[in-house]
Amino acid sequence: MTRIGVVIFPGSNRDRDTLRAIELAGGEAVPLWHETASLEGSAAIVVPGGFAYGDYLRAGVIARFSPVMRAVGAFAERDGLVLGICNGFQVIAEAGLVPGALLRNRGLRFLGRDVHIAIERFDTPFTMLAGPRRPLRVPIAHGEGCYFADDVTLDALERDGQVLFRYVHDDGSVAGEAGDPDNPNGSLRAIAGVINAAGNVAGLMPHPECAVEALLGSDDGFGIIRSLVESAGAAEREGRAPRLAGSAA
Amino acid sequence: MSEFRFAVNVLPKPGILDPQGRAVEGSLGHLGIAGVSAVRVGRRVELTVEAPDEGAAAAIAERLASELLANPLIEAHGVERIA
Repeated sequence: MTRIGVVIFPGSNRDRDTLRAIELAGGEAVPLWHETASLEGSAAIVVPGGFAYGDYLRAGVIARFSPVMRAVGAFAERDGLVLGICNGFQVIAEAGLVPGALLRNRGLRFLGRDVHIAIERFDTPFTMLAGPRRPLRVPIAHGEGCYFADDVTLDALERDGQVLFRYVHDDGSVAGEAGDPDNPNGSLRAIAGVINAAGNVAGLMPHPECAVEALLGSDDGFGIIRSLVESAGAAEREGRAPRLAGSAA
Repeated sequence: MSEFRFAVNVLPKPGILDPQGRAVEGSLGHLGIAGVSAVRVGRRVELTVEAPDEGAAAAIAERLASELLANPLIEAHGVERIA
């Protein structure tokens, strides 16, 4: 079974949901404690949500320098698949694995509710099984989710297809930038998630791992988790999953 | 080795949305204060660096500021020597 590592920092709180979603999707979920530099033979890594190291200084920044994140950075550099969710998105953005930064929500409040997002591309390791094309209803739970990058970067992201998820209205049309409750945090160009230029690292603020079965109110996020598990399995079979020195086979 | 004390001041870059600054501005009316604008909210970090001389200490403080205390995408920082 394909091993998918889930990083756990002091203050992570969606790690259990993520581990369970991975198992539901047929993967072997492997918890990875922040102090270890080994990825234990994982074929993909999820950096889950929470408040790593209390979100002190800036959300995600302390976590960025942890031993496990140094290993994740090396893994990503060798084309390993990495998905950052919510606080995990903040961590990988601080680490420079994906472009941009997450600012305080424009309305200043922490928001916990369902939103609609659209997947902009279905040809990535994170979205290939997430069709059909329709808005997904998934929860958010964050205080610092306002996606920011300068205009030059934003234009490049749009041009290169690196905007992977966008906040939309329930009819699928793109939400506005400021003052539109369907863009909950005021993200520039309603960006809810991005993918790096190489196509192996993605991050998003909403929680697909918390919308993986009807019992939870929505299973719209399951396609994203399934895509990751399947992609990791394929990478492993084809010998593309990086193996780091010192990590278990 | 000597000890040198620095303050690192971190502020949102000009043009970066600063909702905290805006919230502070929004509250000024409740205090009956007029004529205050362009409020920016940042962070000040004070620290002691042990180094052979002030130049070496300042270089360490600067590295700490640019790699950890400020995110250069969204924040500007300054390092000042304090007593």
